[in-house]
Amino acid sequence: MRKILIVGATSAMAEACARAWAQRGDALFLAARNAPQLQSIADDLKARGAQRVGSKVFDANQFDQHAALLADATRFMDGLDTVLIAHGTLSDQERAQTDVPYALGEITTNGTSVVSLMSIAGEQLAQQGRGAIAVISSVAGDRGRQSNYVYGSAKALVSAFASGLRQRLAKKGVHVITVKPGFVDTPMTAHLKKGALWVKPEQVARDITRAIDKGGNIVYTPGFWRWIMLIIKHIPEFVFIKISL
Amino acid sequence: MSSQVFTSWGRVLREAHEVVGLPSRHQPLSLPASGASVLPFGNGRSYGDSNLNPGGALLQGGQLDRFIAFDPVTGLLRCEGGVLLSSILKLVVPQGWFLPVTPGTQFVTVGGAIANDVHGKNHHATGSFGNHVTQLELLRSDGSRRLCSLEQNADWFAATIGGLGLTGLITWAEVQLRRVANPYLDTESIRFHSLEEFFELSQASERDYEYTVSWIDCAFSGKRLGRGLFNRGNHAPAVLDVDAVPKGLPAGIATPSRRVPITPPVSLINTLSLKSFNTLYFNKQRQDVVRSLQHYRPFFYPLDALLEWNRIYGPKGFYQYQCVVPPERALSATRALLEAIAASGMGSFLAVLKQFGTPASRGMLSFPEPGTTLALDFPNQGPKLHALFAQLDRIVLDAGGRLYPAKDGRMSAAVFKAGYPRWTEFTSYVDPRFDSGFWRRVMENS
Ligand SMILES: Cc1cc2nc3c(=O)[nH]c(=O)nc-3n(C[C@H](O)[C@H](O)[C@H](O)COP(=O)(O)OP(=O)(O)OC[C@H]3O[C@@H](n4cnc5c(N)ncnc54)[C@H](O)[C@@H]3O)c2cc1C
Repeated sequence: MRKILIVGATSAMAEACARAWAQRGDALFLAARNAPQLQSIADDLKARGAQRVGSKVFDANQFDQHAALLADATRFMDGLDTVLIAHGTLSDQERAQTDVPYALGEITTNGTSVVSLMSIAGEQLAQQGRGAIAVISSVAGDRGRQSNYVYGSAKALVSAFASGLRQRLAKKGVHVITVKPGFVDTPMTAHLKKGALWVKPEQVARDITRAIDKGGNIVYTPGFWRWIMLIIKHIPEFVFIKISL
Repeated sequence: MSSQVFTSWGRVLREAHEVVGLPSRHQPLSLPASGASVLPFGNGRSYGDSNLNPGGALLQGGQLDRFIAFDPVTGLLRCEGGVLLSSILKLVVPQGWFLPVTPGTQFVTVGGAIANDVHGKNHHATGSFGNHVTQLELLRSDGSRRLCSLEQNADWFAATIGGLGLTGLITWAEVQLRRVANPYLDTESIRFHSLEEFFELSQASERDYEYTVSWIDCAFSGKRLGRGLFNRGNHAPAVLDVDAVPKGLPAGIATPSRRVPITPPVSLINTLSLKSFNTLYFNKQRQDVVRSLQHYRPFFYPLDALLEWNRIYGPKGFYQYQCVVPPERALSATRALLEAIAASGMGSFLAVLKQFGTPASRGMLSFPEPGTTLALDFPNQGPKLHALFAQLDRIVLDAGGRLYPAKDGRMSAAVFKAGYPRWTEFTSYVDPRFDSGFWRRVMENS
């Protein structure tokens, strides 16, 4: 049985992971903002076979609550060995271009709050000398593009931070996984038109749970995004500024 | 709001619909600003247009897929409307429970099973799905929520069971499951050579067998008319003959993986393939009676092993025709139907015959009623098929029967109204923002 804390547990990707874990009888502690939604997910996971399910209403932007969340989760499950950080918002790029406080808020939600949680969790796991942290970044963090660079830069922060943390904590028995999903068909993206590159959250969850079980550092999901981003990252800047992506 | 092409199981219609997501059962319905009508969409296993709303929007009911509570002591299960029957089975069979009623595919949602008040092979013993729903919540476009059961809002309960998704959204429901000792069934397959024999077998089996259903050959007229295979079974007892347990089966069928990979350019179903298939199928068992222990999946869901089998009918899709005729006229009407189909040369592989029993359906528009039900698939062949359907309609109506909306993509308003006299009463429960392709057609000129 694994003891897993999930931050942003109402996100579709996190919920899909949680179902897989519930089914194998793991203990889960869920954190998210929306209380009724959190409760219905906790009930569902209990019915599906989770050993124990705890939950806490939690806003990632209240940084002073981060340490308490880790402590609550650890107390409830009597230990902690996996942390999945999955909260986030899909930023409105157009608004962020003129509304600076909004842009900074988005960077906080998707970037610095993740840094804070990873730091606290990283220390705790490093002390016990084992465990895993999986964090949901995005392919959008691989290169800033005009269509979503506010969101993308927050995710770039997460990816770079995770990379450094991984290098440091690997020596202490802690495994850090950066997950980079492409287009995922979730309620967050319900208003967008879907094409061939879109996948269901269940597929992303399979990749995440596998990476946690079997090892894996940077997980593009689905895997073809590694090659798409490889190309996009290597377009020379003088060409890049002329195309619309 | 995005738009997406939807098709139902028969694949005759493919229409773009506005899509409305349903992230949580606690939120009010988000309705299209355009004022367009909406319809819940479950898992698309209805055949015609009763689950489509061309020109309007579809509510993605399948997104409400959470369990709420399951009591392994009493077998009472509460879950959201979008939970698939397959997910329920995965959860409850290992704990000694089974669905009280299941249709021939496990890939339908609880909301869809209620909205069509689906029946299974045990109708004669236990009625249809709605008979086992203890309560449900109905969410209307005006934001109101109603708890419906036999005691509370009983009229809304009766309208919503078999209510074709038109009375509002079923956010969650509670279902009483039935006990089983293991995942297996004790089954028998018996060859019969005439319709008379079918009725005799049916009658003789009803008391001792929970499940009965027959495959019937409808490719041939004359002497071979009405021949078929009669299947009956019961859940296996706790003590099993280990030698009889099918080896390796549960694992092998754990995940249905074979798919029909592409849609062939023409239908693979034609008179020639039909006649040879039916002859082979009728003769597939060497003895007249074969007993076996079967896992529940091949017994209840033989077609689920081949995902997207509906594609073999080619790009024009196919229709299903399912009717029920009351007992007094069952033999003569069924014979007339089979004769008309054999004469047309357009029959189907999957002709299914079953006796419905006396447990009364709860829904105003529930399809099952005592009598004999016949269901067949027909590749879409345009006008000549519709001429055959018109002929079949007459036989059904003359016998006092009706057609199943879940399987229908073409019945006229007159045929619907003749079969479902409570339709007028039902209209007062239809949500003003809800509508479907089917409903517009059968409400024409009224
Ligand atoms: C291989 C196969 C075998 C079948 N065998 C049988 C059988 O033996 N017996 C039988 O009775 N049927 C049978 N069916 C038909 C099937 O059981 C029904 O059509 C069922 O209702 C489909 O459910 P769905 O979840 O796919 O819903 P859909 O087909 O998507 O929708 C069905 C109806 O339910 C409504 N609906 C869906 N969700 C909700 C909700 N949350 N709230 C309110 N309304 C909702 C829709 O508006 C629509 O009217 C079979 C179908 C197939 C493909």
